[in-house]
Amino acid sequence: MLNYQLQKYSIDQVGVAGRVQRLFSRSIKKESKMQALRLALSMIDLTTLEGKDSPGKVKQLCYKAAHLHDQFPNLPKVAAVCVYPNMVKEAKNALTGSLIKIASVATSFPSGMSTLKSKIQEVNRVVKDGADEVDMVISRGRFLQGDYSYVFDEIAQAKEACGQAHLKVILEAGELVTLENVCNASELAMEAGADFIKTSTGKITPAATPQVVLVMLEAIRDFYIKTGKTVGMKPAGGINTAKRAIQYLVMVRETLGQGWMTPDKFRFGASSLANDVLMQIIKQKTNVYQSINYFSID
Amino acid sequence: MSKKTRKLSFDTDWKFSPALENTEYIDIKKRYGLFINGKFIPSKGKKFFDTINPANEDKIAEITDANSSDVSLAVQSARSAYEKVWSKMNPSERGKYIFRIARLIQERAREFAVIESLDGGKPIRESKQVDIPLASAHFFYYAGWADKLNYAFPGRSAHSLGVAGQIIPWNFPLLMAAWKIAPALATGNTVVLKPAETTPLTALKLAEIIQEADVPPGVVNIVTGGGATGRAIVKHPDIDKIAFTGSTEVGKYIMDVIAGSGKKYTLELGGKAANIIFEDAAINQAVEGIVDSIFFNQGHVCCAGSRLYVQESIAQEVIRKLKDRMETLVIGNPLDKNTDIGAINSKMQLEKICSYVDLGKSEGGAIHQSSCSLPEKGYWYPPTLFTDVSQSHRVVQEEIFGPVLAVQTFRTVDEVISKANNTPYGLSGGVWTEKGSKLFQVSKEIRAGVIWANSFNKFDPGSPFGGYKESGMGREGGVEGLYSYVGLD
Repeated sequence: MLNYQLQKYSIDQVGVAGRVQRLFSRSIKKESKMQALRLALSMIDLTTLEGKDSPGKVKQLCYKAAHLHDQFPNLPKVAAVCVYPNMVKEAKNALTGSLIKIASVATSFPSGMSTLKSKIQEVNRVVKDGADEVDMVISRGRFLQGDYSYVFDEIAQAKEACGQAHLKVILEAGELVTLENVCNASELAMEAGADFIKTSTGKITPAATPQVVLVMLEAIRDFYIKTGKTVGMKPAGGINTAKRAIQYLVMVRETLGQGWMTPDKFRFGASSLANDVLMQIIKQKTNVYQSINYFSID
Repeated sequence: MSKKTRKLSFDTDWKFSPALENTEYIDIKKRYGLFINGKFIPSKGKKFFDTINPANEDKIAEITDANSSDVSLAVQSARSAYEKVWSKMNPSERGKYIFRIARLIQERAREFAVIESLDGGKPIRESKQVDIPLASAHFFYYAGWADKLNYAFPGRSAHSLGVAGQIIPWNFPLLMAAWKIAPALATGNTVVLKPAETTPLTALKLAEIIQEADVPPGVVNIVTGGGATGRAIVKHPDIDKIAFTGSTEVGKYIMDVIAGSGKKYTLELGGKAANIIFEDAAINQAVEGIVDSIFFNQGHVCCAGSRLYVQESIAQEVIRKLKDRMETLVIGNPLDKNTDIGAINSKMQLEKICSYVDLGKSEGGAIHQSSCSLPEKGYWYPPTLFTDVSQSHRVVQEEIFGPVLAVQTFRTVDEVISKANNTPYGLSGGVWTEKGSKLFQVSKEIRAGVIWANSFNKFDPGSPFGGYKESGMGREGGVEGLYSYVGLD
């Protein structure tokens, strides 16, 4: 077993908030806004993660993913649908033949409170059922008690179990509390083999705060310079307006640049963001806001 | 993958479209007179100069070039207002007028921000977020002191001085007018103020506000002009106090001229501040702090952190990150909301910056500039940094007043303190470390008026500002700023 040591990073909360404020005050208008909205749409992991999810609901979600707003031609499709393990087969059936990926949460999402063995079994199962991407949670308890090697190992094993599937590692920043922890957990996850790092499960608040997202993007940048590997980023939870999505795109643009301005490297985990982005796209085209009832709620 | 190819590209497919601030409602007269005794009046000399937009070299308005008899008239009107009205007024009444000025600036903040950016070239983001709100805050702050002077100087009794002659620079036109006028009025003095030749418009707009606020005629007089007008103010025998912000060279001239005249004075002059980054600092935030320290307002800031000292162990990382950050700075139209770096204030200043950068290159400094393209018309300079320079290089010693940073490394605390103090200036400084004890030690030992801890270029009207050594004397802002405008019994 590897003995994983943390680096000592200093992060100044006030400075991070200041940088966020400056990034978020960029004024995105006209053509650049349209471009950003389309890009944002293509980066969405359309998500349903509820205990009451039914095969029918997942089927509807998958149809919506491929047909966001058919009244408006040439819209991009979302990047993926994100579902619970029990729904992967249903999603696979619904999306066969499309380019939309299937992401499944795994490893006892959202708490991660089970044995490593059962977590890895779950990864194996969702991959076998057809998941292209696995969104795992880390053991926050182990991280907070200083057992970094355990967390490293569970990520490394999950990565191995993924095979060809991409691994997204959910840090659940709201439970790590400090920005230093978020930075350290990001680095740990990337060292252990994460293809993406993800802010939150969406099950607790705060979820993806702008400060957390910035710190994680900076960690990705530093990891790239150190290793040459381009790890992706997925803020998730509470991102429900086009405005916020565009602000995050500005943040990616000015922190990581061109290499990350693609659905291969940046995703939004969101359930209701797509409709707001759609509404803004139509508004940009027609200059009037449509009623929300023109957009399907699937 | 080799380390060399690990480069971030900020030239993204997604570009920002222009996001221009609306300027349609801005009302600027073709020609401005002098604001004397509550009215705009023509000069006796009938001489004018143009104020231009440095971003496109277009003429904005004609400004009166006041001669010495205009200055005398302004001083007379200030004297008469001082003796008949202002010094006799109940202090709480004086406070009301100053509060009114503060509120009117707030109400017209957008308009002032646009004019500030048009006339001076600074990004609208900064005029909106910094210049105008701070100017208003300064009036609010000193308005509150007007009737509480006895509390500012316990056991003493403060009296006003008389007529204050005030000369302000072009880098923060309205804000510097506020720094000068607000404490002078709060303490019961009257004012003759000369804005800078290249940026007179917001001061003249402030004159409109002073009319609107019903401030008694003659309490604030604004005379425009160049060096000759300034000399006439400095030499005028009926002025009791000179307040000047500008170059050390002119500051020395002023001290020379007023020596023995009995005039009280405050001088806020140049700087070459050290911004020190220790290896235990929050590096990403410190890099942002470097941007705030040297690229704020195109580096036209007397307290700019133009000398960067980075601890050797993190120097490579900091410089790499700084270079990346420089690529994301947007340079262009000051009225675009996304502009980070606007136009250089004047042709003269641009030539000065260019000549210093040439000097730095010929001295053997390694230069790096952001790869941005510059507009064809107007005065522009890209963010620039020099490495491979030392204390003996003139780009390290002299104030450039532009977006040009000189970077050096250090190993020990003692070394960096002695290097930071190895300058004729002493206006400001920055220290970046997570360690509180180091922070206090270093900031105590650096001889400068302001030291920012894990931040840079932050201002508040309650905090005194001013320099040691050749950076000037006297303080502006805070309780200390009142002292510059009173005599104590």
